[in-house]
Amino acid sequence: MLDINGVYKVFLPGTVNEKIVLRNVCLKLDEGDFATLIGSNGAGKSTLLNCIAGVHSPDKGIIKINGVDVTKAIEYKRAYLLGRVFQDPMMGTVSNMSIGENIAFAVRRGQKRTLKQCITNTERDKYRELLKILNLGLEDRLNTSAGLLSGGQRQALTFLMATVKKPKLLLLDEHTAALDPATAEKILNLSHEIIKENNLTTLMVTHNMRDAIKHGNRLIMMHEGRIVLDIKGQEKQRLTVDNLLKRFGKASGAEFESDRALLY
Amino acid sequence: MQIITGSISLGLLWSIMTIGVYITFRILDIADMTVEGTIAMGAAIAAQAIINGMDPYAATALAMAGGMLAGLITGLLHTKLKIPALLSGILTMIALYSINLKILGKANLSLLRADNVFTVFENLGLSAANATIVIGLICAIITVIILYWFFKTELGCSVRACGKNPGMTRAQGVNTNNMIILGLVISNALVAVSGALIAQNQCFADIQMGIGSIVIGLASVIIGEVLYSRQHLMSKLIALVLGAVTYRIIIALVLKMGMSPNNLKLFTAVTVAIALALPVIKTKLHPVKISIEEDV
Repeated sequence: MLDINGVYKVFLPGTVNEKIVLRNVCLKLDEGDFATLIGSNGAGKSTLLNCIAGVHSPDKGIIKINGVDVTKAIEYKRAYLLGRVFQDPMMGTVSNMSIGENIAFAVRRGQKRTLKQCITNTERDKYRELLKILNLGLEDRLNTSAGLLSGGQRQALTFLMATVKKPKLLLLDEHTAALDPATAEKILNLSHEIIKENNLTTLMVTHNMRDAIKHGNRLIMMHEGRIVLDIKGQEKQRLTVDNLLKRFGKASGAEFESDRALLY
Repeated sequence: MQIITGSISLGLLWSIMTIGVYITFRILDIADMTVEGTIAMGAAIAAQAIINGMDPYAATALAMAGGMLAGLITGLLHTKLKIPALLSGILTMIALYSINLKILGKANLSLLRADNVFTVFENLGLSAANATIVIGLICAIITVIILYWFFKTELGCSVRACGKNPGMTRAQGVNTNNMIILGLVISNALVAVSGALIAQNQCFADIQMGIGSIVIGLASVIIGEVLYSRQHLMSKLIALVLGAVTYRIIIALVLKMGMSPNNLKLFTAVTVAIALALPVIKTKLHPVKISIEEDV
């Protein structure tokens, strides 16, 4: 489903501040894989996600999604393949459009925008049903501006929008990091359910080791621009935090930057 | 009474331009300086076309096409050549000054003896002021209805989303550059129509017409938002028309009270500055107090 081969990304090339953020990254996700991606600050997780999404274009290597070579495709042209949820809850919705309009906007991802109504009445009924899954009472507030929702509500809505039109690949970029712990867990469990139910191929960046271990069938760890661990199947299910830290030390020859990742 | 009808008629003509400013300033989140050139361009095109025997309505439509072109150029400068939006608008505006002089042939073109869009209604027995109000009202209503419809379409929603959240808009597969260009084209089309109508109303087109027009537009937008605007999109659009009329009434009253017309632009600029600074002033005057005692 996702095939990344030999990707390099360099920021500020040719200057004293030159930084190689991705070094020969190779990663293959099969259909239905739910991979968590973990690593310390500056490991290149977000950059990798941005390269997949087309925010950055890699300096070397090839990225294929669902067999389509998207390495050179600009962001909006590959959007039809992807569902994305961002770290910042403000990023995922349009604040001055209603909840209904936001969903309708996402349903048309990758389609040509025409002079047809942006949301039809049949769609309204459909989205009301859809919003019930979230269990937040949003189904009664279809005409409310998304800007009036709380961070958690917006993130839940964004998740729904990212998955309502089933994407070939779902990219979650620390999508619960800006929420309080209780809300974060709620959103994460909701994500888990929707991903399972729709069998979505997912790549989820997280800072939280426990979450990375708890969710998904694969765990990928990055360090200094490289993928140092790729744990799957039975092995992934038996994984503990201690165990993971030890393996990380062995694989990278470094201590995992523990301040943020372990505190949770 | 005469002052009021005069203000209403002028305000209605300027309301078309106000809606144009709103599209760039509020929806696209761009301060588009192009309008200063576009309003004079609309006036110049319409005046020259009417003098050359063109039907006034066709001449106004031609002015609209000119405005679209001006918006397109600013849009291309900004999106394709990555020039900051403010500077792109200023460049087009300055270029338009020369172009407008070329169109007019001189600094000022009189339309005194020519038919204009208002003549049809004056021939029906309406006074000049009332004919202006009728035309202004028709144009404002048509503009509001069409834009209300447009901003509720898939394309219109994309323009709205692009101004508020461009990153997310691209993530939904929308080419944000095209949406910015589209918004600028629509905005400047409206501004040019406004300029064409104003020129026909005052019976001359002047190269200086555009100076300060962006500030007048902003003042009208803000007055409309503060006094009349509600959450609903339709009410927002209608508020702009009312805002433009209210601005004209305020100006007429201030002049009536004895302010020199020379100070008009200073007055408008100060008013807009204060209105834009209101949120900051409010928080300075009434800082949010957190009472720790109560919390414990």
